[in-house]
Amino acid sequence: MSLQIAPRHDAGPVPPGASTAVPERPAVAGPGRRRRPPRAMLLDASGWVTMVIATVVLGAPLVWMLLASLKRPDELYRLPLQWLPEAVDLTSYGNAAQTIPLGQLFLNSVGLTVVGAGLKVLLGLSCAYALVFLDVPYRRTVFLVVIAALMIPPQITIIPNYTFVASLGWLNTYQGILVPGLASAFGTFLFRQHFLTLPASVLEAAELDGAGHWRRLWRFVVPMSLPTVAAVGLVAVVTEWNDYLWPFLVVDDPRKMTLPVGLTLLQNIDGMSDWGVLLAATVLVTLPILLLFLVLQRRLVAGLTTGAVTG
Amino acid sequence: MTAVLAPRTGTAPGAPGPAERRRRRPGLARRRRALLWFLLLAGPNVALLLVFVYRPLLESFYLSTMQWNLGSPVARFVGLGNYVEWFTSPATAQVLTTTAVFTVATVGGALVLGLGLALLLDRRLPGRGLARTVAFAPYVLSGYAVGILWLFIFDPRYGLMSAVLGWFGASSPQWYTAEPWPLVMIIVVYLWKNLGYVALIYLAGLQSIPQDLRDAAALDGASPARTLRSIVLPLLTPTTFFLTVTMLLASLQSFDIIRSMTSGGPLGSTTTLMYQIYQEGFVNGRAGYASAGATVLFLVLLVVTALQLRYVEKKVHYA
Repeated sequence: MSLQIAPRHDAGPVPPGASTAVPERPAVAGPGRRRRPPRAMLLDASGWVTMVIATVVLGAPLVWMLLASLKRPDELYRLPLQWLPEAVDLTSYGNAAQTIPLGQLFLNSVGLTVVGAGLKVLLGLSCAYALVFLDVPYRRTVFLVVIAALMIPPQITIIPNYTFVASLGWLNTYQGILVPGLASAFGTFLFRQHFLTLPASVLEAAELDGAGHWRRLWRFVVPMSLPTVAAVGLVAVVTEWNDYLWPFLVVDDPRKMTLPVGLTLLQNIDGMSDWGVLLAATVLVTLPILLLFLVLQRRLVAGLTTGAVTG
Repeated sequence: MTAVLAPRTGTAPGAPGPAERRRRRPGLARRRRALLWFLLLAGPNVALLLVFVYRPLLESFYLSTMQWNLGSPVARFVGLGNYVEWFTSPATAQVLTTTAVFTVATVGGALVLGLGLALLLDRRLPGRGLARTVAFAPYVLSGYAVGILWLFIFDPRYGLMSAVLGWFGASSPQWYTAEPWPLVMIIVVYLWKNLGYVALIYLAGLQSIPQDLRDAAALDGASPARTLRSIVLPLLTPTTFFLTVTMLLASLQSFDIIRSMTSGGPLGSTTTLMYQIYQEGFVNGRAGYASAGATVLFLVLLVVTALQLRYVEKKVHYA
């Protein structure tokens, strides 16, 4: 659109005397600037309308959730439905916090996500460093062990892991939620791919300067890998925060629950009799990740789609 | 699961990368030190994988041959008894049908709608950045929370969906209770959540197709539909294949949405294989029987993955 308007801009308001400054340019417009045939314009217009409709349809549920959580509980049960709340009202949030320890759940989720994602990145970084820079026998085998783990769906292992964690006395504990999912296969894989592309000269120079492996990892390798670290870290944050099945199995003490598991508790207590309470809690689960996504969209998308891009 | 493709693309596993190629031959003390560092750095991660991924996988196979209830002190060896029961149970037929319908609908639907969305986003339409963001957002959200949000939307009386259907003069079906609507409901939600991911991967595929090819086709008088069919789709084969496998794996393992929206009901009409494993193992406590189901699911997923590895070698052409 803007492309077609642009050429006219310098052709139009030229005073007659200065017309030599713009010779026959408007007449012999390049092929790129030619007017598009009407059929293509029509196609563009209908495409644009379709895109707008798709965006509205896809976006409406999230907007609806946010607005509904801000309504007075009884407004949710009034027909015909209204998009906007009569006034911003936080009663539903208050009710939710009275039914389950929302603040505690939020802290649990934040803590487990930060610690879990942090440890995952750490484990992945150090494992990948060892696989790439330490020449030891059977390291290829070790690499295969790490990679093959990607093909084992975590859902298959829940029953044995549950009995194992129970035998350790870890039910209803933070470590019970955290430790079984810590191992980093995907992160290790991505870090290794990246480390293999790093210039050897820098690391050799570091070695000649007497830097040990620990220092080489943190002072040279990690600073040269920050985009990958960010991608792996963000993906870990999103997965840890959203993780449901495992924490749901391991924890039934409300004070140790994560937010998504708390939703189940709320559902069990209030059933579907009070949408306001459920929606308020749903907003608390989704909004932090939604904001993270909006702020760091490029890096997060890069991380989540990496498997495909390398293929 | 996404990384299964990749070992083929980069440096071959274990082959020396540029960083290691010019090393001197290490002496004995040096080698020992390297080994120590290797254990220190790779050890924790590998140990965690062995304890929490490989050990339970093997134990699951073992458990599937036992009649054992969760938490019970006694377990009896039954050989293939659990498998025989699983394959002959009438519930299994329903579970397999439900799993097949859910999987085909979600994978097929996501591919078709995702490609459509990607074709729109590929044109330089104003506002496409926003459309991209909105479409991808559900993919990063908690499946459980998304399920609750949509339960509210599907509320037959006070839900947004019933209002929308009302505009078209239709009345809302009993989404929660009347078959087949509960299954339709979770399929719709699953599609909504994963559409943006599929669209973005397709978009990357589309943008790797040289523009000259499409321009040439247009100059030859090919209609947009013809260009799509004869040029774009064939060149997207690798992307389509990758997405089919990824979506299959994810769809077969999906749990959160089903758990929050229907809990497998009513009358088991939304119980997929994955959900059945959870239900038998943790609700009915039949851990041995559930492990047999888990083994079946594992084998199915393994076949899908193996299919991918074979196919990637042969057919796929890269744009």
